[in-house]
Amino acid sequence: MIDKKQLKKEQIIQSALELFAAKGFYNTTIPDIALAVKMSVGNMYNYFTSKDVLAKEIIKYISVYLGQKLREINEEDISTKEKTRKIVEIYFKIASLKPEMIDYFLRIYLSNREVFKDGCEGMICVNEFVTEIMIYFEEGVKCGDLREQDFFSAFGLFMGYLGGMVFLKGENILPRELDAYIDDISHNIYKALSV
Amino acid sequence: MKKTRVLWLSAISCNGNTHSFLNYPYLEQFLSDFEFIYHPVLESDYSLEDITACGIACDILLIEGAISSEFQRADVAITQIIESYAQEVKKIVTVGTCATFGGIFGENDNVTGLHFDKEKRTDTFEHYFDKTISISGCPIHPEVLVNTLYAIKKELLISVDKFLRPKEYFAYTVHNGCTRNEYFEYKIDNHKFGTLEGCMFYEHGCQAPYTQGSCNKILWNEVNSKTRAGLPCMGCTEPTFPKQNLFHTKKNMGIPQNLPVGVAKRTYLTLAGITKAFTIERLEKKLFDD
Repeated sequence: MIDKKQLKKEQIIQSALELFAAKGFYNTTIPDIALAVKMSVGNMYNYFTSKDVLAKEIIKYISVYLGQKLREINEEDISTKEKTRKIVEIYFKIASLKPEMIDYFLRIYLSNREVFKDGCEGMICVNEFVTEIMIYFEEGVKCGDLREQDFFSAFGLFMGYLGGMVFLKGENILPRELDAYIDDISHNIYKALSV
Repeated sequence: MKKTRVLWLSAISCNGNTHSFLNYPYLEQFLSDFEFIYHPVLESDYSLEDITACGIACDILLIEGAISSEFQRADVAITQIIESYAQEVKKIVTVGTCATFGGIFGENDNVTGLHFDKEKRTDTFEHYFDKTISISGCPIHPEVLVNTLYAIKKELLISVDKFLRPKEYFAYTVHNGCTRNEYFEYKIDNHKFGTLEGCMFYEHGCQAPYTQGSCNKILWNEVNSKTRAGLPCMGCTEPTFPKQNLFHTKKNMGIPQNLPVGVAKRTYLTLAGITKAFTIERLEKKLFDD
């Protein structure tokens, strides 16, 4: 029974993600989302009591999803250089297969902080994802591959770069597919962060 | 009741534990229950020469200082003196981190603690391992030493950790009982040395969350501890003591290299991410404004 409810929640999240990506966060209403999942608006509120609550649940859902993918990479017995490449690869893969996920992260979560101010303070709602990035950095420094520096200097370089590329892709500015940039970008990031 | 006879033997030592012991507030009471057959600074019936000539009846052997086969007292190798008394006594107590793990003097080659060279077991006195109790610390806390000696006198069962330290005092971390715990919980280290505010774990090198000891449970001179007074714990009860840069927290990309004992990195980071989201005005400012 719990699994069924969880499954339904995930369907709502997925539909909401797609609608937010297509129409924008403020232009999408709860009735729009209810319609997309073939559910009454009243029933919809049994799952999420408001659009803001849904918005926060979505960012947590994305954080868990991305965090799990990064954790698998962190737990592999490979060099920091290889991990760097794998993180770039998986980020671009998700951006290609589930563009609405990265889109939500960049265009809604980072751009509408007022929606997330209560309950998503600091990095609470993206904790799983940020924790794995921290572990990647920490282990890289500890084994002597990466240079010791402030976390946010490194985080901004890595995630700002990847986010920027996905953003450009979303704006149809990039002449090639994201995959085509993996080699160069992995190389650039590793070179910038390494000792 | 018959006095328990104790030999305080100094090996390679700065005598810091001798001095710390003299701060025990009830020394008179202690000396009515225990008798030093020899002590480096207290009056005793025998001279060091008498002791090294051996054969003086003794119940407990206290060893202060690190051990090397080349080191002598009264022209007799310290290892030989230890060997001759270790057989007869009921218990051996290593007094301080040097006697237990080598400590500061252990930084030299072939200088170790009685049973440990830092974390590693040594075999020279292996046969006395089971009769030894370690009271580590630089220096030892006088109450921890005295209470342990009373426990030996009363033949109480002393439960010890893998370094032979009594769990009664070393099962805790120094963090336990620290008055700065609230700052630790919310990750606030805006500490200025010597002030009341802030946790020193995040920036100022405090090792209390991964150092075993009772400093914040049994206070020093019955009033204070390093961390309460505003100085970071330097991890002096641990086999890794001494370290370098004691006033600076070693971090890798913002994450402390040494985490609280038993806490997994992923769990720590998850918790840290949550607590960092708090802004608690009360803890950001001085406790007393006036």
